[in-house]
Order: sequence, then C-alpha cells, then structure tokens
Amino acid sequence: MENYAIEMLNITKRFPGIIANDNITLKLRKGEIHALLGENGAGKSTLMSVLFGLYQPEEGEIRKDGVTVKINNPNDANDLGIGMVHQHFKLVECFSVLDNIILGVEPVKNGFLKKDEARKKIMELSERYHLNVEPDALVEDITVGMQQRTEILKMLYRENEILIFDEPTAVLTPQEIKELMQIMKNLAAEGKSILFISHKLAEIMEVADRCTVLRKGKFVGTVDTKDTDPDKLSAMMVGRDVNFKVEKTPAQPGDVVLDVQNMSVASNRHKNNAVNNVSLKVRRGEIVCIAGIDGNGQTEFVHGLTGLEPLKSGKIFLDGKDITSAPIRQRSITGMSHIPEDRHKHGLVLDYSLEDNLVLQRYFEPEFTNKAGFLKRGAIRAYANRLIEEYDVRSGQGAVTTARSMSGGNQQKAIIAREVDKNPELLVAVQPTRGLDVGAIESVHKQLVAQRDAGKAVLLVSLELDEVMNVSDRILVMYEGEIVGEFDPAKVTVEELGLYMAGAKRMEV
Amino acid sequence: MILLIQYTLIFASVLLLVALGGCISEHSGVINLGLEGIMVMGALGGALVMRYLPSIPTGMMVLAVVLGSMLVGVIYSLLLAFAAVNLKADQTLIGTAMNMLGTAAATVIVKAINTAEDPNNVSSTISYIDQKKAFIINIGGFEFNWFMLMAVIALILVYVMLYKTRFGLRLMACGEHPQAADSVGINVYKMRYAGVMLSGILGGLGGIVYITAGVSEWKFENGVAGFGFLALAVMIFGQWKPTRIALAALLFGLFRALSNVYTGFAPLVALNLPSTVYNMLPYIISLLVLALTSKKSRAPKAEGVPYDKGSR
Repeated sequence: MENYAIEMLNITKRFPGIIANDNITLKLRKGEIHALLGENGAGKSTLMSVLFGLYQPEEGEIRKDGVTVKINNPNDANDLGIGMVHQHFKLVECFSVLDNIILGVEPVKNGFLKKDEARKKIMELSERYHLNVEPDALVEDITVGMQQRTEILKMLYRENEILIFDEPTAVLTPQEIKELMQIMKNLAAEGKSILFISHKLAEIMEVADRCTVLRKGKFVGTVDTKDTDPDKLSAMMVGRDVNFKVEKTPAQPGDVVLDVQNMSVASNRHKNNAVNNVSLKVRRGEIVCIAGIDGNGQTEFVHGLTGLEPLKSGKIFLDGKDITSAPIRQRSITGMSHIPEDRHKHGLVLDYSLEDNLVLQRYFEPEFTNKAGFLKRGAIRAYANRLIEEYDVRSGQGAVTTARSMSGGNQQKAIIAREVDKNPELLVAVQPTRGLDVGAIESVHKQLVAQRDAGKAVLLVSLELDEVMNVSDRILVMYEGEIVGEFDPAKVTVEELGLYMAGAKRMEV
Repeated sequence: MILLIQYTLIFASVLLLVALGGCISEHSGVINLGLEGIMVMGALGGALVMRYLPSIPTGMMVLAVVLGSMLVGVIYSLLLAFAAVNLKADQTLIGTAMNMLGTAAATVIVKAINTAEDPNNVSSTISYIDQKKAFIINIGGFEFNWFMLMAVIALILVYVMLYKTRFGLRLMACGEHPQAADSVGINVYKMRYAGVMLSGILGGLGGIVYITAGVSEWKFENGVAGFGFLALAVMIFGQWKPTRIALAALLFGLFRALSNVYTGFAPLVALNLPSTVYNMLPYIISLLVLALTSKKSRAPKAEGVPYDKGSR
C-alpha cells in the first residue's frame, strides 16, 4: 500500500459538446513533484479545477490520504490543504503583499487586523523557503517573479500540503524559472506534495519525479521521469512522434515582395527611435526571420509595417506599391497578412463568435455582404465551417463558439486560418508559436513552410532561437532598433547569433 | 464669518456622509450613481418622522429622525444591490433609474399625505420648523448641529473599518479583484450587498442633513438638487480615500456655503455678481476639478463590473 496524498480515481467531466476529462486517474505521492503534461485542451486545467472544487465531476472519486472526500468549492479544497497558484495570479494589485497573503484567513482580534502577527509568520516562511518577498511592498510595484512567490506564500500561510502550480513558468524570465525550480524542490524536500502543470518538457525533466500525460481528455500514462526522455514524453503527449526538426527543401527566392527602406519608428517608452533606419527585403519563396531579445524594436517594427503605428520616416513597398501611409485595410487588401504578437489584443475580438472572427478582414467583400449592406450569415457560416475543417480549429460549439472560451492553441489556429486563407503575398508572423504546445508548434511551422513553398514571402519575428534556426531561410538580428547582422541559418551557430543579439558584435548590412 | 463657517461645516457634513457612502459602495465594486435618489428617500424618511412625531423629547427626536432616514435609505439601496448583484444589471442605468424614481416617489407620497389631510393642499412640502430645533445647539453665534458631529464620527468609523478591520480588507478586495477574493473563500455577493447597504445608510442620513441644513421646510419636487452627484464628485476628488474625501467635502462645502452667505462679505457684494453665479459655483468647481484630476484618478478596478462566479 503506497502512501498517496491525493488520489483522483476515474474522473470524468463533461461539458456541452465535449468530454474534457474521460476516466482519468492521477495519484500524487507525498513529498513528490508530479508533473501533469498535455497539449492545450488536453484537459489538464479541467482536472485541476475538479481537484480545486471549481467543477464537479460526473463520475469518479477523490481521496485524500486514502479517505474519500467531496470538494464542492475552493473553500473545501482549502480546508483539505489544497492550494493553487493560478496561471493568472489572483492578487489584488493595490494591496500590499502582506494583505494579499492574509486575505480570507486574516488574524483578527475583535474584527481588527493583527498585521504584526501576520508579518512575523510571513517573514518566517519567506526565510525558511528562500522566497525573499517584501511584505509591505504593493503588488503592482513588484516583479512577476515576486508576485508568484507571493502566491506561493499564500498557500504556505494557509499551511497547505498539496500545492498545484498551473503553468507557472509561462510568465517568468529564464532566471526566475531557475529560482522557481529551486523553490519547488525545497518545498518538496519539506514534505509538500506538488502538482506541476506544464507542457514544457525540459522543465518537467528537470524538476518532476513522475509525470502523468493526458491527451484529448484521456489518460495516457504515468511515468517516472528518470525512465524517460523528452522525445518519449512528447510522443505520449501528441500521440505520435513529434518532429522537432522542420522538414523543408532549400529556399528558392524569387521577386522582392516586401521592400522596407530606412524605416524609423518612434518609441512609446523613451525619446530615441524604437526602430532606427531599418531596411530589409523579403522575396517570394523565402522565410526571413527577425531574431532578437525581446524589446529590441521588433514589436515597433511590426507595428510600423502593419500600420498599427505611424512611421517617423522611411518607405514601405509591397509588391512594388507604396503602402507607407496606407490604412490597415488597404495593406490587407494589397496582400499583407499579419499573425499578431498579442492575439487577444490585435488578433481576435474575444467576445465575437469564431465565425465572425474568421471574416473580420473580409466581411465587406461581396461574398459576405449583399448590396444593401447586410451580412450574408449563411455564406459566413459556410466559409467558417470550411476553415474550421481545413485548419482543424477545435472549439466547444463550432462556428458560433465565443472566441474567448477557446483554448490558446485553437485561437491561434483560427487566426492562422484567417490570415493564410486570405491568400496573401506577404505573411507577417510574430511569435506565432508563443504559448503553444509542441504539437501545435509543429503544425504552425508546417503552415509557414507551406506558404513559402506556395511562393509567398514570409516574415517571421521570433524570440525562440530554436524556431529561428529551424524555420528560417535567412536570419536578420535586431538589436536596439537596428539590424546588426544577416545570416544563413545553415552557416551560423546559436552561440554566434547570441553574440549579435546581445549587442557584443555587429556587421554592416 | 461665523455664518460662513457654520454653513460650510453643515454642507461639508452632507457631502462627507454621502461621499463616504459612495466610497464604501465603490470599494465593494458597485458604482452607486443612485446616491441622489437615496438621499431623497432618506430625507423623506426623516421628514416623515418629524411630521408624525412632532413633540417627542429632543434626544429621542434626533435619534428617531436619524434612524428613520437611515432605514428608508438602506431599504431603497436594496434596489441597487438586488439589481446589481443578483440580476447583474448595468449599474449606471440602475443608479439613474433610482434617481428618477426617488424624487418622483417622494413627491407622490408627500402630495398624497398632504391632500389626504386637506384636499386643497396639493403641495409636496413638509415643514418642520419646531422639530428642527432638536438638532441645533447655539454656542455663541454659532449654531452647532449634531449632524456635524455625526459626520466626523462617520469619517472615523469608515476610516477604521476600511483600513483596520477584516471586513474592510475583504470589502476592498471585492472591488479590486473579485476573482481573487472568491478564490480565497470570500463571498463576493454578500460583501457587495454590505457595501451598497452601508452606502444606503450614509446616503439616507446625508439626505436628512441636507434638507434641514438651511431651511425649515422642504419641497420634495426639488429632490436634493444634484447634491448626490456633487458627493460623487467629492468622492472622486478624494480619490476614494476617507481622509481626502473629508478635505474635498470641506472645499466643496465652502463654495456651496458662499452662495448662502456671500451677502455678508463686502468685497464679494462689491463684485456685484448675480446670486446665480454663487449658486453655480460648487458645480462649476466640480466640473473643473474632475476635468483636471480624473486622468490620474484611481478608482477601484472592478467597480461597475457585475461579478459572475463562472467567468474566470
């Protein structure tokens, strides 16, 4: 008889039109770090929501220390010692760290807060687990990493024994990720049991003892991480072998499609230009990648290119036409497609249905609008259904699903479907795989290569060096708003690129 | 000069009470635009007590009138709480509706009472010349009003409640980030009800203070002449913080008082401005102040957004 902190046995949870969890069993040992791995929409979040009392499963039971328990709401979970760090932190920004930690379990005397007592306890916990928080700082003033440690302290303050981390590394810098991994190990060493939701294989291999894999709502298996490797895990997660290397033939560049001449864009943050005198050309049949560390002007360059921000100086030609000051719709009609960096802000109208989002740039065309100015809903529905089918966009209720309720990967697929199906001359893709799991990443990369092979020009902006090396035919490195190097990915190493990205080297291009 | 201070203090008391009410409601996450209506109803409650209990002892009179106005205010505020919390309705619209309803209902009720007593009396006026004396103590030339003390006590209580108690911490969490409050087991719906009802109590009290401030009878057709909105301006100028609200209330109270007493100041009379200019002053100042300060105003983040457990 093994000693389990939590056993979730044969859990089934259905939503309208979808079985989110289908007979899933997860056993968490005391003092272990247990990873929960799966693609977007595999049912990880639903399973954790069941454990946390946010959803009630239709079938199955939950045991704590071998005893069957019923968890009806987060308070029940809390009483059982289950705590969760949500992916989007549940912190009140204008409260201090201390206020956030004690909220809900405030130490009081006659209704008055006893903050000194709380501060003492928080400092003790903070030192014991090396969390290094300032109890009196306001949450809005502290780094994301410290906000996360505040969330961890919330759980420790409540003396929770079972800690759930929902994709905790998605918002952190590499340095902070390292620290978090160490904190998690410390917590486990002190006897806490940790559930770690992630789709980043390297992190799981580093920190987890065991790993349970879900796929499309079904249980695939639980493995010891020391007996497996990233390839095996990703095969379990996706259901087939995943090709990390992108299959493609050498590029055959044709005519110039995009010609940017001496572009400068003002910065919102400082007085200097965010983009300074950048010139580049993208030809038919090639993928040009702009690499660089985040915040070196890539975002502003794309905004200038796509018309989201005005240029300070310079010219842009698309297929020989001057689009320097053309409105966004004009650029779109001329043949520019844009997969934006921030899909919630610039990619989708989140409260619109999927079908309306899919015709956002085309609703005014005769195909979708009749002469009197009314939308042809039937034509829109048919078009949306075709794209959903072709690009495998999964959602709860098909074309009428609200975009907000879709998983991130499927939102991205919808945007790609819309942008690619427009049959553009130039596809601008900005961090198109951000937040996606390996399976989805592979499919995005295939789309980009397919566009290239169809004779389109592709401009990719990416922060991921693997992506830069694998997908592109030509690499431009951007540093402090300028292009500081041009490379052939076959003839350059990651280390060499890194030097240019960090500004240690530059060439005249 | 004493008269100016006296009027400033009493009008500031009104604004302070009502603005504190609005402040509590907004910290719980519900915009209370219906303060104007709540004031009218509170004023009605207090005025009816004075009308029907004209000759009870002084202490009892103060207590009964205060309780009467608070009770009617809080009952009326339940309309907002129910619509905003249970029905998740648009809070701006409910507040506006409450303002229209408040004045109209009070007018109808008072007219009905007056006509029942004397078929020829179709006015919407209640008078309370004698009863009003219960609230006032003369200290030299200064008419001290018990309501001034109540406003100060309310200020202290609200300050302590918001910043020193468990209730206050939870209340403000509901106005800033209700999902966070919910995730740690706080019942957001209950807290919002509490916030709105407290604003009903303070708003109702503010109503009776207003109609007894300068006059001895009140014509309910007039409502409270935009004082509820002025209180909202005070609240915003005070940045949702009790102490700053108190200072803002004093400032606005001063301008409002000027219109009552400017004739006592030779330099002001010499300017030879029509009296309407002074009547307009508090409202013009509030426009200017809000236009200049609203850019950096820091309202509770989740105010006005109905909380739905489902959406996370």
